[in-house]
Amino acid sequence: MTTEQTTGQTTGQTTGETTGQQPPRVGFFTDTSVCIGCKACEVACKEWNLVPEDGLTLTGMSYDNTEALGASTWRHVAFIEQTKPLGGQQAHQPHADLDVLALAARGSATPVDEAAMTPTTPGPPTADGRTELRWLMASDVCKHCTEAACLDVCPTGALFRTEFGSVVVQQDVCNGCGYCVPACPFGVIEQREGDGRAFKCTLCYDRLGAGQEPACAKACPTDSIQFGPLDALRERAERRVAQLHAAGVPDARLYGAEPDDGVGGAGAFFLLLDEPEVYGLPPDPRVTTRDLPTMWRHAALAAVTLLGGIAAAHRVFGRKR
Amino acid sequence: MSEARVTRDGLEGVRPGREALFGNGLDGGRRRGRERPVVPQAEFTSYYGRPVLKVPSWEARDIAGYMFLGGLAGAGSALAAAAQFTGRPATARALKLSSLGAISLSTAALVHDLGRPARFLNMLRVAKPTSPMSVGSWLLAGYGPAAGLAAASAATGLLPRLGTAATLAAAGLGPAVATYTGVLLADTAVPSWHEAHRELPHLFAASAATAGAGMALLAGPRRENGPARAVAALAAGGEALALRSLLTSAGHAAEPYRTGRPGRLLTTAKRLAFLGTAGATLLAGRSRTAAALSGATLLAASAATRFAVFHAGIASARDPKYTVLPQRLRLQAEAEAEAEATGAA
Repeated sequence: MTTEQTTGQTTGQTTGETTGQQPPRVGFFTDTSVCIGCKACEVACKEWNLVPEDGLTLTGMSYDNTEALGASTWRHVAFIEQTKPLGGQQAHQPHADLDVLALAARGSATPVDEAAMTPTTPGPPTADGRTELRWLMASDVCKHCTEAACLDVCPTGALFRTEFGSVVVQQDVCNGCGYCVPACPFGVIEQREGDGRAFKCTLCYDRLGAGQEPACAKACPTDSIQFGPLDALRERAERRVAQLHAAGVPDARLYGAEPDDGVGGAGAFFLLLDEPEVYGLPPDPRVTTRDLPTMWRHAALAAVTLLGGIAAAHRVFGRKR
Repeated sequence: MSEARVTRDGLEGVRPGREALFGNGLDGGRRRGRERPVVPQAEFTSYYGRPVLKVPSWEARDIAGYMFLGGLAGAGSALAAAAQFTGRPATARALKLSSLGAISLSTAALVHDLGRPARFLNMLRVAKPTSPMSVGSWLLAGYGPAAGLAAASAATGLLPRLGTAATLAAAGLGPAVATYTGVLLADTAVPSWHEAHRELPHLFAASAATAGAGMALLAGPRRENGPARAVAALAAGGEALALRSLLTSAGHAAEPYRTGRPGRLLTTAKRLAFLGTAGATLLAGRSRTAAALSGATLLAASAATRFAVFHAGIASARDPKYTVLPQRLRLQAEAEAEAEATGAA
């Protein structure tokens, strides 16, 4: 398949073993418009990275029982059920004369063109007011920000930037101070309960080094998760958005693809079909350390004021003896 | 995952893969070019009401307690030096001892809060100005021994010169120890902390001065407590100003400071500060008991302020509203400004 060939080639380049040069910055383009919510990425990630089990609960949040990214969840598939037509379409397929059983009997041999008309194609609101429903699915992951707050604030240097441009925690250095946790504007990194150290997606650092693509991208059956050099992915994403806009899906938009955004551009960006907050993503994330010079200035001013106030008070009351 | 077959006529059974269309695409794009709605959302949306941010796993007792004790120690060291050089030796000695006690306790709280306490020395592996916690670790590494030496020399009377040098060093580093914690909280994505990043260092400096003055009133003799009473009054004024500025400038993120547990803590802090300052300025000059009581009240006020700020941040991180709404409004304002700019051009 073409995809595997391209990703295979790109990952071959990324190792830089033969050339000795710095490999290009790589990342993920997660195209949620083709995500089918199979959670193969979640499973592949857990398996490859030996991420422990983190609770088996039924949340009632559609088919999402994973809940959120965290110390032991490095890929998270969100499920959003909305009473919105899919991409603003007008469903016009008459379903009355559709022989569901006949379709089923043909199984997966249904030609692509015909498969467009399925029993699940939503129709207009019914007489009793039930509306159309769309189901958004999106696989979330660490954004591997260009300006990474977690990396900036880490006091031990446990978090570092790899030669591939990803951000990784050195587990033998992390002392579990937990400062990276509230620093992340996306709520990705977390301390693992019972362990104390911080964990997050490593962009499969071990696999990249061996010229392999990350486990989640490898496992994704629809190529919703695409891995490769960031520049190429951004170009491809622009084309995909244009394609969807032309096809009449005006809500398709890229998230995290702009190098001049609040985190300097994400190493893992997304094609979304609704506002980011619908998927649990912040609409305009900013790296907190951009304001750090201002903060230090105020802290210095405050310290000097404190010292000055104390000196002034003692000056007013003078020497005791 | 392709199931395509290569035949003489080319590929057969090719699936669209990443080019797959859905929704409108399936109807041939008959409604193409429909404009996106530009009306801003009146309400915020979220993913099942779940927080966008991760709530820090810090214990209130450890971290808010650390900030209170660090402030008490830092301001106390500055007060101790001032007292020593203006002939108030009993107050100076008491404050040096309290600063050593406070900084020891606060360091213990910090180490206790680590996920891997045995690795606490990793804090001194690197020096990173981009990490307030790294800066703080180095500050503590300098300040702690200085405060210790100053206290030891004051308690034993040995090595007076070294003691004086340590007193000066502790007085110089102390205010930084007291105010950097404001940056420590503000340099996060937590809305109620970050949106207050201009005010928190000032609020913490004032709160530290409140604690230091409180300790001076509590532990120092009455005849030496004049400056401490003045510092208490100054600190109360500064704290009120900083807090007011914080609440007006933080926008939506100011709400957690007014409601719930942090709101109640902050009200308590204000009342205690008022009582303590009134007692300090009006009665502490006349009665040792009144001085001690006002001092204790001021210490409690400072602690309540730190716990209020800590809990406000936690509350703002838990509710996606405080993350999404201000960012949404910011985007809206930017879009409006851009529209105006293009309209004018």
